[in-house]
Amino acid sequence: MQNTRKKLVGVLALQGGFEAHQRALDSAGADTLQVRTVEDLNRVEALVIPGGESTTMLKLLGYMNLLEPLRSFAGTKPVFGTCAGAILLATEVTCPSQNSLDVIDMTIERNGYGRQIDSRVAQIDFPGGPMEAVFIRAPIIRRTGPDVTVLAEYQGTPVLIEQGRHLAATFHPELTGDSRVHALFLSKL
Amino acid sequence: MIVNNGILNNERWRLNVGLAEMLKGGVIMDVINAEQAVIAERAGACAVMALERVPSDIRKEGGVARMSPVRIIREIKAAVTIPVMAKARIGHFTEAQILEALEVDYIDESEVLTPADEEHHIDKKKFKTAFVCGARNLGEALRRIAEGAAMIRTKGEAGSGNIVEAVRHIRTIIKEMRHLTILGPEELVHEAKLLGAPLDLVEWVAANGRLPVPNFSAGGIATPADAALVMQLGAEAVFVGSGIFKSEDPEARAKAIVKAATYFNDPIKLLEASEDLGMAMPGLDISKLPEEELMQNRGW
Repeated sequence: MQNTRKKLVGVLALQGGFEAHQRALDSAGADTLQVRTVEDLNRVEALVIPGGESTTMLKLLGYMNLLEPLRSFAGTKPVFGTCAGAILLATEVTCPSQNSLDVIDMTIERNGYGRQIDSRVAQIDFPGGPMEAVFIRAPIIRRTGPDVTVLAEYQGTPVLIEQGRHLAATFHPELTGDSRVHALFLSKL
Repeated sequence: MIVNNGILNNERWRLNVGLAEMLKGGVIMDVINAEQAVIAERAGACAVMALERVPSDIRKEGGVARMSPVRIIREIKAAVTIPVMAKARIGHFTEAQILEALEVDYIDESEVLTPADEEHHIDKKKFKTAFVCGARNLGEALRRIAEGAAMIRTKGEAGSGNIVEAVRHIRTIIKEMRHLTILGPEELVHEAKLLGAPLDLVEWVAANGRLPVPNFSAGGIATPADAALVMQLGAEAVFVGSGIFKSEDPEARAKAIVKAATYFNDPIKLLEASEDLGMAMPGLDISKLPEEELMQNRGW
């Protein structure tokens, strides 16, 4: 990295696995800020929406009037959603249907693999070598739009996708020591 | 990083710790039926805990408190999309087997229920299902983790509406962890003996300054301020039992505590969350409770 100034990347910290993302971003070479307000959002150059409970995050986004600020942020800056974060980024959510940020053109099914007992660690193919993918009550991407590129698949469905500057994973790259997905996201800044 | 062949390298345990990571910053609410579970989810709970009676009623009515009826747990699972947890009695591994067969997302081996074994906890490594256990101090927390718990919650005093024990327990664990970080290797061996905890876990805490699993708080949280207090002291999420459904306006209080768990460091937002809540649950002076009525002393 020729630029000595580290990028400031926000991690939405309403609820969920935000600390694990901060650790992963740190090892991928970024500074991080926990984002809970519009003022926090205005300070960062990119945003990670972590895993957690998408219904809880939606409630808090509603309580705090953060939905529109997040949509306009995604209009100009990169956003990376994992698991519940990917659900929030989708244009369509099923099982059950719920509100979302309409950022990435995809249909995503909540709890696609089942309950926690069906959570799993799998090996997926990733450019540069296999990657350990941790799926926790994970959603399944059922449809992707024409502007979406599938970067990795598991059991025939996309698990890591990009649309322009945005990225979404249904697994948790922040829960392994492998920071390649976070490095990929930082390359979009 | 310390090489470890125990629980720290167990893949299923890692997945279950991963689910606990996803609950951070959230509120896990006790519910006794599907109707309450729906209210909890609508208010923003990150999970619900199914139990037969809330702790304040268990305290009042006495008798043996057991795992929730299967039918109620099924109804709760069908009613919400957030994770569903359920309580099993300490040491009651067949209640846990039934809960696993029911596919609950987390089992709470809980001192709130009447213990089934006065010496042993459940061997949680035998299960695929995630377990959370209560603890009052670091030794107790690490023993439970060694047995396979993927989340620790400080016990507090359930059903009391009094935060004093939750504060004592979170402060104790944080202080004991901080102490480990300044010790040398030979001192850690001695400390492991004093704590009654496995050396590998003691070494992990000394190297990382935190538990290898998320550390949540429970027992006595009745207001948004209570939730924010334990989180400022170091808890990473909160369990609220009687505090919600024994208050005057459960839904408003549930929402307010959800906000407080996110904005625990923001006094202006805590003020907003604390307005117009109606009456909190009645509270108990713990120093006036007889020793044998304290739930926190259950667990070994």
